Amino acid sequence: MADISMSKKRKKVKDQDNLNGFLFSLPWIIGFVCFSIIPLFTSFYYSFTEFNPIKAPVWVGLDNFKYIFSDPLVIKSLKNTLFMAFVSTPANLFIALLMAALLNRKFRGRGVARTIFFMPSVIPMVAATMVWIWMFDPTYGYINRVLSIFGIHGPSWLVNPAYTKWSLVLMGAWTTGTTMLICLASLQDVPRSYYEAADIDGANGFQKFFKITMPCIAPVLVYQGILNIINAFQYFTQVYVIISASSGGGAATAGGGPANSILMYPLYLFNTAFSYMKMGRASAMAWLLFLIVSVLTFIMTKVTKKVSDSGMGGE
Amino acid sequence: MNKLPKSKGYYIKKIKNIPMTILTIILSVIFLSPFLIMVTTALKTNGDAFQLPVRLLPREVIWTNFPEALQQIPYLRYMANTILITGFSVVGQMISTPLVAYSLAKIKWKGAPIISSLIMGTMMIPYTVTMIPLYKIWNSLGFTNTYLPLIVPTFFGSPFYIIIMRQFFAGLPNSLMEAANIDGASEFTIYRKIALPLSKPALTTVGIYAFISAWSDYLAPMIYINKTEKLTLSLGLQQFLGTFTVDWTHLMAAATMFVIPVVFFFLIFQRNFVEGISTSGLKA
Repeated sequence: MADISMSKKRKKVKDQDNLNGFLFSLPWIIGFVCFSIIPLFTSFYYSFTEFNPIKAPVWVGLDNFKYIFSDPLVIKSLKNTLFMAFVSTPANLFIALLMAALLNRKFRGRGVARTIFFMPSVIPMVAATMVWIWMFDPTYGYINRVLSIFGIHGPSWLVNPAYTKWSLVLMGAWTTGTTMLICLASLQDVPRSYYEAADIDGANGFQKFFKITMPCIAPVLVYQGILNIINAFQYFTQVYVIISASSGGGAATAGGGPANSILMYPLYLFNTAFSYMKMGRASAMAWLLFLIVSVLTFIMTKVTKKVSDSGMGGE
Repeated sequence: MNKLPKSKGYYIKKIKNIPMTILTIILSVIFLSPFLIMVTTALKTNGDAFQLPVRLLPREVIWTNFPEALQQIPYLRYMANTILITGFSVVGQMISTPLVAYSLAKIKWKGAPIISSLIMGTMMIPYTVTMIPLYKIWNSLGFTNTYLPLIVPTFFGSPFYIIIMRQFFAGLPNSLMEAANIDGASEFTIYRKIALPLSKPALTTVGIYAFISAWSDYLAPMIYINKTEKLTLSLGLQQFLGTFTVDWTHLMAAATMFVIPVVFFFLIFQRNFVEGISTSGLKA
């Protein structure tokens, strides 16, 4: 008798907890349905239609997908985006890890250096991009001025299609503070005893870095790398500002920079939707983007798991 | 410790550190230089900025670019708009985030694991994927050129902030809540009277992140706002980009004023930033 009332009471508490949990989470659940799930599936439906703000969606079947796979600019923008994903990402990881390694020592001014390395990642991207456009100016910019001190005749960074994407890589390396902080945190998590044991065995700095540090932080690096690649598929503000700066700003001027060399996939998607007013086609592009990012996310979770299982962290 | 004579090893270590120190200084200078250039250009006359050879420091320091920049575009108006949006966004995030995070960290209920993984999942959905349907919905409701499309979503919580808060709540000892539970307090009372007051540091972190992300937001305002008098600062800065030339000195003055609040808050709350990133980013 006592037993039954106890379990009943426990069930009541459980029900209460379930209700409370649901109610507390409700804001996010509503937001998730309204701002993620419904738009996601509507976007899927839209990708088989053609419409714009004043024209209701008309079913066009697979036309949008056929179009985007044959559109040279889609291919071009994907190539540009892949460049950012696979050139900028290693560059960012290298700089981030270098800064983290520099900060992972005790020295006077360490806090100041960390602040300086991290601050660029915090300030508004629009303002930062404008400063960089000014610095990249071939004649009056500081970058070419500094290069000229070393006798180098600097290129027309944002004008010459051969250099535009490299300019973006430089800019990107400047805003890698978040990755740096995460690298720093994981460097600090490497047990000191590993290094002490290596010291006793007479290991040198290189050996210590590749045999101890790297295996310990590999999962974090891989994770950050894939996250950087995913971010490359969302690269928008910088190129939009650069292109509107060179084409007179103001209205949403569609374009892709010199010879479309910085036409990134999200920018082309945006232009398709809001400049060319082809919202159905843009939705098809959006779903292609969603599939790419989903695959990358899937790989990220799998690889991270695999690396952390085989790494030294599991001991 | 200081009184002891320094060993040979100490000095060897010091010398070994020199390359690292030099590299740190070089990188610091490089990372700081865009800020310097922004400010020094803002202090130059237009002729000075376009005079060769290029010099970092102004040949003659002038302050007039700042008041002039405030006049050239409706700067104060845009600033008021931006403050309005930012204020509501911060409030929205600070109301919704801890509620959701609390339910995931401190209430044992069936949905918690599902919600947690869904939150991780939505973090990966690019904004460009959902922006067209969202635009269509807000447009058909007649809310373009209002700030509702920018403000309303913040009242429903964002994945990144929820994860930060969840980590924080998870670190609070359960005994605090259990004691109140035995006294018969409702879950909401426990949340409001015990958990929330304790979570000030994490809540500050969320507030700061929400402030900076709303202050800097670019894509969303660009989609929804196109009436000149309703623009935000990040959109308004574009107006310095003329058709043929860019008014760099005034643009840099405006950009400096736009960036200063962010730098100010960042310097004050740097600790929150670092903790927010290290707690959420490592095992996201």
